[in-house]
Amino acid sequence: MTDFYVLIEFLLLGLLASGISALMALSFVLVYKGTHVVNFAAGEVMMLGAYLYYTAAVVLKLPPAAALLLALAGIALASAAIEALVLRPLAGQPTIAILMATIGMASLLHGGVEIIWGQDPLETPALLPRFPVNWGEVMIPGAAIGNFVLASLLIAALVVFFRFSRAGIAMRATASDPVTAATLGIDIRASQRMTWVLAGVTGTVAGALIVSSGSVSPALASSALGVFAVVILGGLDSVAGAILASLVVGVLESLTVGYIGGKMRDVFPYLVVLAMLIVRPYGLLGTREIERL
Amino acid sequence: MRTGVFFENYHGEEQLWDSRTAKVWMAIFVGAVATLPWWGSDYMVAMACIVGIHLIATMGLNITTGSAGLISLSQAAFMGVGCYAVSWFARWGLPFWLALPLAGTLAAAIGMLVGLPSLRVKGMYFAIATLAAHFVLSFLFREWTPVTGGPRGVTVPPANFFGIELAGDRRMFYPIFACALLLGLAAANIGRSYVGRAFVAVRDRDISAEILGVNLLRYKVLAFMLGAFYAGIAGGLLGYFYGAITSEYFTFSLSVFYVAAIIVGGLGRVLGSVLGAVFMTFVPESLRLLSSALSGSVPALASLLLPMGQVVFGALIIAFLIFEPHGLAQVWARVRRTFHLWPFRT
Repeated sequence: MTDFYVLIEFLLLGLLASGISALMALSFVLVYKGTHVVNFAAGEVMMLGAYLYYTAAVVLKLPPAAALLLALAGIALASAAIEALVLRPLAGQPTIAILMATIGMASLLHGGVEIIWGQDPLETPALLPRFPVNWGEVMIPGAAIGNFVLASLLIAALVVFFRFSRAGIAMRATASDPVTAATLGIDIRASQRMTWVLAGVTGTVAGALIVSSGSVSPALASSALGVFAVVILGGLDSVAGAILASLVVGVLESLTVGYIGGKMRDVFPYLVVLAMLIVRPYGLLGTREIERL
Repeated sequence: MRTGVFFENYHGEEQLWDSRTAKVWMAIFVGAVATLPWWGSDYMVAMACIVGIHLIATMGLNITTGSAGLISLSQAAFMGVGCYAVSWFARWGLPFWLALPLAGTLAAAIGMLVGLPSLRVKGMYFAIATLAAHFVLSFLFREWTPVTGGPRGVTVPPANFFGIELAGDRRMFYPIFACALLLGLAAANIGRSYVGRAFVAVRDRDISAEILGVNLLRYKVLAFMLGAFYAGIAGGLLGYFYGAITSEYFTFSLSVFYVAAIIVGGLGRVLGSVLGAVFMTFVPESLRLLSSALSGSVPALASLLLPMGQVVFGALIIAFLIFEPHGLAQVWARVRRTFHLWPFRT
């Protein structure tokens, strides 16, 4: 019976880890859907957010919740600045220009963070209280459950925002057709800026949850590249797809690592990406692009 | 006095060098570089070898990405393929002038393997597919120990050219120089042939190109394979140059480095590859020299070197994209025009 419990444990851990990867994927998908930019700097923005959380909590000695809020405010400013200074001047440029601009941004942020905070891991205080949960022979760390609940709440809030609020509907309109949205009186620049801010905030919450009760180091950014598996599987422009795919990838990855070996973790996301691009490039729930001359 | 370069027929436009002056200066430049081992210091020769290797890989990427518009983020992985291939060919006793093209061909074959399925998608999706391919290949470099030596890497015996052992920077300079020159001429000539025009048509609007009779699949795969071939040669030369190499060298950052080089240099032009490769090699190098010069007064600077390099690298890419999107080649064209039209302003 222990085999069965081990399986359940892997499944649950994968499922719970998917909450955070859904947040990371959302930070990606929001930007792609809203501005058609594949943001290679998403991981670095997340890392910057995590470092801001560390600074607010450890250096300024704020309580964790206040520290998170301060980090979110900081990252909102930084995201708006990135949008205004880098992506706005490049609007309408070819794909490679925009792709390389975000890669350049990633390099800039990575170097900047290492200059300010150094390369060594820094210990961060826990955002959520610790409580291990035992359920029969299955043991789950409480932080995983807490992270999952917090991530789900934030995702739910985002979905409600996009469905019902005026700003959210304006952002959806801008995403689906910027020109028409502009003629209808929607301030598409504000919408696009808002998109970047929301993406930065989502990424920062994910980053803070990952580093809380552990340590923050520049390696955090590279782990975010694995999120490509989630966004390609779900569809680059689908919020629902990102959530669904993060569940699938979370469970699959946990099972692969558990049964095949930890080394597979490095290559697994990319195998998913390649397989998906061959079989169904627009993802499970993404929009199939139809090209016209 | 010349007031510019004017063409009276299309034949003139298709020339490799648009004027006699350009041809003469080109010959002087090539001659100066060819005699470098005689008049240059050890440091200069070693740097020239590294620039040459980067240049070959950059020219390859400039065909794939600059001319044909397929954004490839796996150039470093194909270099790795070339390097490991050369190490095996050399161990089997193949001479280097046979091992290098074979390594290039093997890299091109693997490029086709990666490229064919990836060509179902394009644009950003293609870039992500090549990114995934890069990480799968570098995973193999790390873990497939019987072939790649794993983290310990492989050694490459020194190249041997009809009895002359090409060991040391000064002797390795000539194979690298010859390859760069040959492959550069090849790239320039591809650019002015039917194949090169087909690449540009595919880049600018692939559906229109297909309607005009360009076989999309064939030319996309060809462009990708050519880029991988150049990378394979560059990787092979890298193996001979260092003599021993590990999987650590072929990182994702190196792939990004080559894309940055063609952006900074100028997309779709051989001149752009040259300027980009030289510039991007010398920027981190001059940073290193600067920090070692200042390290006496500011000791903390040495540990900041790597992140400083990243900041400068990122800032350069963004600055070029925003302020000089056609790269250094365009700057050069402007300088040339100023000379042509002097004393008049452009």
